Amino acid sequence: MNIKELKEIAKKVRVNIVEAVAAAKSGHPGGSLSVADILTTLYFEKMNVNPENPKCEDRDRLVLSKGHVAPALYAVLAERGYFPKENLKSLRKLDSMLQGHPDMKSTPGVDMSTGSLGQGLSAANGMALSAKLDKKDYKIYVILGDGEVQEGQIWEAAMSASHYKLDNIIAILDYNGLQIDGSNEEVMNINPIDAKFEAFGWQVIKIDGHDMEAISNAVDEAKSVKEKPTVIIAKTVKGKGVSFMENQASWHGTAPNEDQRKAAIEEIERGEA
Amino acid sequence: MNTATREAYGQALVELSKNEKIVVLDADLAKATKTADFKKVCPERFFDMGIAEQDMIGTAAGFAVSGKIPFASTFAIFAAGRAFEQIRNSVCYPKLNVKIAATHAGVTVGEDGGTHQAIEDISLMRSIPNMVVLNPSDDVEAKAAIFAAAEYYGPVYIRLGRAATPTLHDENYKFEIGKGEVLKEGKDVAIIATGIMVAKALEAAEKLKAEGINATVVNIHTIKPIDKELIVKVAKETGKVVTVEEHSVIGGLGSAVCEVLSQELPTKVKLIGLNDTFGQSGTPKDLLEHYGLTTENIVETVKSF
Repeated sequence: MNIKELKEIAKKVRVNIVEAVAAAKSGHPGGSLSVADILTTLYFEKMNVNPENPKCEDRDRLVLSKGHVAPALYAVLAERGYFPKENLKSLRKLDSMLQGHPDMKSTPGVDMSTGSLGQGLSAANGMALSAKLDKKDYKIYVILGDGEVQEGQIWEAAMSASHYKLDNIIAILDYNGLQIDGSNEEVMNINPIDAKFEAFGWQVIKIDGHDMEAISNAVDEAKSVKEKPTVIIAKTVKGKGVSFMENQASWHGTAPNEDQRKAAIEEIERGEA
Repeated sequence: MNTATREAYGQALVELSKNEKIVVLDADLAKATKTADFKKVCPERFFDMGIAEQDMIGTAAGFAVSGKIPFASTFAIFAAGRAFEQIRNSVCYPKLNVKIAATHAGVTVGEDGGTHQAIEDISLMRSIPNMVVLNPSDDVEAKAAIFAAAEYYGPVYIRLGRAATPTLHDENYKFEIGKGEVLKEGKDVAIIATGIMVAKALEAAEKLKAEGINATVVNIHTIKPIDKELIVKVAKETGKVVTVEEHSVIGGLGSAVCEVLSQELPTKVKLIGLNDTFGQSGTPKDLLEHYGLTTENIVETVKSF
């Protein structure tokens, strides 16, 4: 798939995100929009997955450790054909297959239940160790948030991944710089984040997280790394694609009203592909 | 013969090592929890996660997602306590096939003192949906409980002890998750015990018999799902119930029994356990005496009805 086609899909994914969160009247649009290009590239270009057989043993896995951006994952999975797009409107509603945070028991294509921050990398490590035991060469992708790496468990897991030489782990840090109470710098500085991962024994790659070619190339590079895990630090813009949401911490967990929904969709759709 | 339930755990794991789905994780306590026995025979499926219990539980969850049957071990305080939310959200919420074998539960940890004596773990674990909670009474039952946990699909918490305790069951013992065991029948009172207190309940029943009081003794090895039918039956037959556990009286066996009886057959229940207090340093024997976890206290409590 060429970059132009990928960008077209990412536009649809962004529309799906805004529609789903608006219909739910709650949810996390800011981080969902910042991670949209990453998830689109993974599911449409890089990952070995089969929507017809979501549990296929040899598939690549993805753990959305920053689980609150579930709307982005659901939007991509629906676009990829795991379930009908109409279902996106049931997000966060009673008995919905689309829970507020990813639930592997409810949604086809969700490889791990997440939502409580800091827990996804550990689960991914378990999958990676299991793959090594079974001599399988699938990869486990983990999406981390920049605020999320303030959780201590992330660093326990970062140590484990390195100790056990888990070169089948590819973590992508959605570095949009903002969390609920403000910027990372104000709330709890995570920097130097690259040096921290390097000190824990990880390969570090830094990219623009909205440049889909760069995302694709970084994943290829990560796949070639041996004997250690890789983290791709992807600089992103929170709320990317909707100007009034961009770089606003206030759009972390607020749903657009009807006027805002219309304006957002219009802007995404006329945006440059 | 006196054997600690953790010893039985190590032996059970060695037998289970033949099953290639079994993996074992520990958090730098393998010698104490006895997972080192498994490591010796099956090093390739043993994973030391270092002193990082939250990561250990999460890693176990990842193994389970991939079709393995992970047993994760550490002391009860660090499993049920420190990693509570990982157990809740990464294991029980998705109902993953993770077994948490937590050793050194209760005050019989001894000299390490109150920081290391989990007296709330049953309460914490049984409150989580999808969790099965087992608390075996001796080494034979512990081994059987471990095998049953491995057979069962879903999260299981198995509470194990540090101290050697009497063997109550013989090798033909049949263990079934969720089924309580009547060890002695009497019409005057029902003593419902769990874990290492079952042996003391039996001793107390012998002493009471000498005084003309006939007690039923029930071993509740499965705290959840609890054997409601049996609890109601013995309450109906005796009209008086005493619960005994090496655990806080808040949220443990006593509470679970009261939850059943208050709804099904209101019966007066007296609870023996830690009375909203932490443990402290001391020998296991001195601590059991200090906190009233003794045969004598069971006898006195029965007679005080």
